[in-house]
Formats: sequence, structure tokens, C-alpha cells
Amino acid sequence: MDNLKQTPLNAEHRALGAKMVDFGGWDMPVQYTSIIDEHVAVRTRCGMFDVSHMGEIWVEGPQALDLVQFLSSNDASKLALHQIQYSGLLTPQGCFVDDMLVHKDADDRYLLVVNASNTDKDFAWILSQAKGFDARVTNASPVTAQIALQGPKSLEILQPFVTGLDLAPIKYYWYGYGTVLGERCLIARTGYTGEDGFEVYLSPQSAPALWRALLEAGKPYGLVPAGLGARDTLRLEACMALYGNDIDDTTTVLDADLGWILKLGKPGPFNGRSVLEKQKAEGTARKLVAFELTERGIPRHGFECFAGGQKVGVVTSGTQAPFLKKPLGMAYLPMSLSEVGTAFEVDIRGKKVAAKVVPKPHYKRSK
Amino acid sequence: MNIPSDLKYTKSHEWIRVEGNVGTAGITDFAQQELGDIVFVEAPAQGSAVAAGAPMGSVESVKAVSEINAPAGGAVSAVNADLADHPELLNADPYGKGWILKITLANAGELSGLMDAAAYAAYVAESAH
Repeated sequence: MDNLKQTPLNAEHRALGAKMVDFGGWDMPVQYTSIIDEHVAVRTRCGMFDVSHMGEIWVEGPQALDLVQFLSSNDASKLALHQIQYSGLLTPQGCFVDDMLVHKDADDRYLLVVNASNTDKDFAWILSQAKGFDARVTNASPVTAQIALQGPKSLEILQPFVTGLDLAPIKYYWYGYGTVLGERCLIARTGYTGEDGFEVYLSPQSAPALWRALLEAGKPYGLVPAGLGARDTLRLEACMALYGNDIDDTTTVLDADLGWILKLGKPGPFNGRSVLEKQKAEGTARKLVAFELTERGIPRHGFECFAGGQKVGVVTSGTQAPFLKKPLGMAYLPMSLSEVGTAFEVDIRGKKVAAKVVPKPHYKRSK
Repeated sequence: MNIPSDLKYTKSHEWIRVEGNVGTAGITDFAQQELGDIVFVEAPAQGSAVAAGAPMGSVESVKAVSEINAPAGGAVSAVNADLADHPELLNADPYGKGWILKITLANAGELSGLMDAAAYAAYVAESAH
């Protein structure tokens, strides 16, 4: 435990009695009371997450956009000021170094938010790719804390703490700057739960005070602190990919069924372009699908999928979904088995359990 | 943590309550706390045989799967049917409504290898370090 990294909110989690785990080298809360209760709180009221472990990498300079375009599968030139897009940070093979959120902060300044356990790898990768671009790359992760409020009550709970920024007009995947506890903060309408909510980027020094204040102010609304356990089940219900489970440096953007973040029409070369153009033309052999079990059992990461007695794929994420209350997941299956309604089996500790492909996402919030 | 004095305990955190030649078994309060929200219980079928210390099923929480071992050998005489729809009973009442199965004991002598409440309390305190 001594070697684990800590967020500025570590003492808050311990004071709340959270169960702590090693998450990619970080000492993080997996749950405070119950994953199910925390999950349901986010779907119905509000949950507060410490996501300070996430990586923040700034790309600045005259060729900031050119560098981002070279790194990213999506088309950052389409972003308006303070707009955000989900994208892939790609290898030359069209696979994922990581997935990320690209924020346009100015014409010559972009913020990339990446996965915690990939931050050092991503930063080194981006630096290695930045040679020849007139752009400066900075890893601001150590000086950036992040608190996510997720759930339908998030706006009401957060707004009283923010001056100089009206949160209600901010659309999903947009952001603004406001003053929180005397500090200018980036506040984005984003999240990893499939629910409405905000992510507040602030200094590590200010994070504990805001955490405590939101915990107190949120009580009448039913806000609870929520851990990584609920974060994982929430994102899985929403069919949001988890790096290391559903996507990695062996899966292409198209394999992962993320064609919507691949903009082959954008000008210029970018990592993975030629591989992905070829794959797009020829079609992919496999696809990341959503599925449910139609018999009793719980699918888990790594379980094998079978059809006609043959091994055909693998479960990348699975759980007993706390809000939808059924066993579901995502899996890579051959294209021929990827149609909605297709039956297959999941091998659960030697027992074949019936499953079927279902539409994505498992859960979509009502607007 | 609740460790009733009238039960026997295994090192893998199961309990057994013996009445005559029948033992009722489940998982301990410590086990359910460690697992978190329990969402699935797989118990052996009624009539099947279980062996002391051998895996006899599994308990799954949202995050993890945990094997459960038979505290004693014998024939499964009953399984708790309520757990199929209400696995959370293992969290709410691990020694009561969350019982998992009843075993007609093949050899009551096996029970002497289990811990009493005091020994189990010490064992849990030790493994918590």
C-alpha cells in the first residue's frame, strides 16, 4: 500500500469508511457502503466521485490542433470553443493507446483527459509523437484534482457553489469556467455513468473543502459518495468502454464498434489512418456487442463465448446490473454473430449459460 | 461484527449450526461484509453429496466471485430457495434468513476440526491485519 499513489481526497475516503483498493497503482475507494446503493443513487439522485486520479494533458501552441488531429481518431477541427469530444488516442495500427476526452480551450489550446493508469504511458506517447509539431505538451495531472457529480440532482446541488457560470445552459459534452470556493475551475457537463452530471477540475488544495461542502449540501437531495465499483457498473449499463477491459492496444476503433469517433474524412495523416481505411473497406472480423444472459448466472471479464460448440469470442465486461437488475455485459463476437437477437453461450466456470446480443446501450437515460 | 457463540466456523468463512445429525450452513458476517452486495448464490442441488472442506458452490457480489466450501460432509437435505430471488439475504441476515443449505452429516466427528466462536473471532482479527 505504501507505493500506491493517493489523490488529495484520500483522507476523506478513509474518514467515510470507504473500502480502499489498488486501482492501477492508485489507492482508491471501491465503495463506501454498497455498490448497489451508490449505483442507484446516481441513477435516481446524485453520486459524488473522486476522479482526481484521471490524467490531464494540455496541448498548446500554434500547431496544437495539428498534433491533436494526428493523435486522435475523431475530428477536433469540428470542436467549437469549450466543446468536448470523445476520441481514441491511437497507435499506428489503429488500436487504442487509450481513450480520451478532447476539450477545446482555445484555438491553440486543447485539454486531453485520459485514464489514470495510462497517464504516464499516454504522456510519453504524445511527447514521442509531438516531434516536428510546434506544440507544447504538459502533464497537469499532479496539479489537477477532479470531482464528478453524477445524477439528475447534480445541477441543483452544484450550482450554488459556482459563481460566474450558469450551469443549466451548458449542454452535454460542453464546459465553462466558473469560480468555486474562490478558485477558477473548469466545469464540464460530462461523466462516465450514462447520467447527467458535471466534472469539476480544481486544484488539489481546494479539493477536500469542495468535497466536504458538496457532501453536506447534497444531503437533502440524497447525494452519496460513490466509489469505483459503482462507476464501473454505471458505465457498463451505459455501454461506455473501459480501457483494459473492452478496448486496448490490440483492438481497433472499428472492432470496438466506435466508428462514430473515427473521422476518416478529416484532412491529413493521423495514426492508424491507413489500417482503419483498409478495415473500413474490407469490414471487421469481430465487433464489441452488448449482451444479456437469458439463463441464471453472472458474466465476467475474460469468460469465453461459444456458439455451435466452438469458442467464438470473449466477454470483456460483465456484471449483475444494479439498476437494470439483470446479468449483462459486452463481448467481442464474430460479425456473423453480432446481430441483435443472436443467441450464443457464455462459459461460466465450465457451465455453458445462454446469452443473446441486445441493442446498445443497455441503459439510456430519459431526457 | 456478529459471531454467534453457538456455531462452528471454517477458515474459509462458512458457519454451521448442528441440530441432531443435520447441519445448517451459510457464510459469516465477516464474509458478507468483505464481499459486499451479494447478487447471486449457487448452491449444490438437494440430494447431492458434499465433502468437508471441498467447494460446494459460489457466492457472487457485484464485483467478485467467491467459492463456498462445505463445513462438513454429507448429503444436501435442503437448500434455501429464497436466495434465488433474494441473494441479498446473505448480507442482511447471514446467520438467519441467509442460510444456504442443510447437510445430513455423514460423520459428526469432522466438526471437531472447525473453530468455535472465540477461535474464529481471533482468526478474523488476525486475517484483518
